[in-house]
Amino acid sequence: MALLSCQDLSLGYEGKAILEHISFAVNPGDYLCIVGENGSGKSTLMQTILGLHHPLRGTVKTGDGLKQNEIGYLPQQTQVQKDFPASVWEIVLSGCPGRQRLLPFYTKEDKRLALQNLEKMGITHLKKRCYRELSGGQQQRVLLARALCATKKLLLLDEPVSGLDPKVTAEMYQLIEDLNRKEGITVIMISHDIRSTLQYATHVLHLGAEVFFGTLQAYLSSSALVGLGREAGTSHE
Amino acid sequence: MNEDLILFLQEPYFLTILLVTVLIALCASLMGVTLVLKRYSLIGDGLSHVAFGVMSVAIVAGVTNDMLVVFPVTVITAILLLMGGQKRMIKGDSALAMVSVGALAIGYLLRSAFPASAANGVSSDVCDTLFGGLNLLTLSEEKVRMCIILSIVVVLAFVLFYHKIFAVTFDESFAAATGSNTTLYNLVIAVIIAMIVVLGMQLVGSLLISALVVFPAMSAMRVFKSFRSVTICSVVISVLCSFFGLLVNAVCSFQYHLEIPVGPTIVVADIVVFLVFSLMGLFRGRRTA
Repeated sequence: MALLSCQDLSLGYEGKAILEHISFAVNPGDYLCIVGENGSGKSTLMQTILGLHHPLRGTVKTGDGLKQNEIGYLPQQTQVQKDFPASVWEIVLSGCPGRQRLLPFYTKEDKRLALQNLEKMGITHLKKRCYRELSGGQQQRVLLARALCATKKLLLLDEPVSGLDPKVTAEMYQLIEDLNRKEGITVIMISHDIRSTLQYATHVLHLGAEVFFGTLQAYLSSSALVGLGREAGTSHE
Repeated sequence: MNEDLILFLQEPYFLTILLVTVLIALCASLMGVTLVLKRYSLIGDGLSHVAFGVMSVAIVAGVTNDMLVVFPVTVITAILLLMGGQKRMIKGDSALAMVSVGALAIGYLLRSAFPASAANGVSSDVCDTLFGGLNLLTLSEEKVRMCIILSIVVVLAFVLFYHKIFAVTFDESFAAATGSNTTLYNLVIAVIIAMIVVLGMQLVGSLLISALVVFPAMSAMRVFKSFRSVTICSVVISVLCSFFGLLVNAVCSFQYHLEIPVGPTIVVADIVVFLVFSLMGLFRGRRTA
């Protein structure tokens, strides 16, 4: 059964649709990349999957025992976070499900989960460090560890490598691929980076004038990719 | 030291004021980080103007315990401003400006039009409401009790919701996406802010309340690096500064027969601490960006 399925979604603001008739399904173990130019509605779609935005039409359903609030989310960094005084430990812990209960503290179970994910991200030694003093790559690892505390099954990543240098970018992709292949965590990623999409994704959702959803193999021979390639050649690097 | 001063410092009257001062300062500093980082500093300021307006109405109408009126109205205003302003920040901003300045104007107009109508025949000074006038005349037993109860409620609410407040402040969309009831927690934050404003007004007046909230947090943020240490540090700074301000006030009055207001003294102490902490932050050499 699909972990997540979207049926005939129409998304937009104040009645005006920016995306129409989007249907796709994500199965356990998939690595789905959502690509498309700026303003094509990638972020709106992601917010809809997370339940932060209501679709104009259509439905988003979770399945296979996944609840709406069990999706791990790696948002793009906000301005607020850049000068926020918080330790790595406080941030990772804030992803734990203990936050949903009415208890004023985190349980032992939560703390164990947080420690385990620090380790998985290779940042145990940064536990007591201040978040705002870390490098961009380290900050992303912290937020990824937090997202892992919130989910065991599905990760949503919103341009996880934006602003990172090539070496750190490669490490980040490797980390995500390991989570996908070794831990069996399903990944949905918004990406600008067409090359990495082609390298890691199993499925592609292409938004734009032409909407495409299918496996990577089908995408490689579709006309949507040709369109994006042309655009990347002219307007991007 | 002056013997009168030493006697005065041991009087139950002074100790009561000390207790109220310390409690209020403690509460005010709790939400500082959240207010600063959520860009809510202005909302605290606007709310205090509303509270001033409501207080003026209460005084003119002859209500003995103005806090009974000021408190609920301020809470409701806070909820309306924060909840309504969430999605459309620009509209929320100008709504805040209109409400706060409007309340200030109406309040002052009423106070000027009915100068002698204050409760118990005590003429109340507008300056006291604006800059704080903590003294025997304004501090009835009932008010002391209310300050203590409100302070305890604020501290309890903060402790109870500490982790939630952190999550909502650090990353609201992550919290909402992973199943936190962010609407509820924003509501809690709004109510706590309103309580702090009503409390802080008693101590430093409605124009200076933001200082009491913002300065300790900003000072602590220069030096400390985790949410918990910053929170603890700002509480300590705030309590010490208010204690110091009260002491200076008493010394000036007994030693030099100089009547200086408590509120501004506390705020000046807060400013000095901020400058010292900024220097400490600089010396720690982490101002690279």
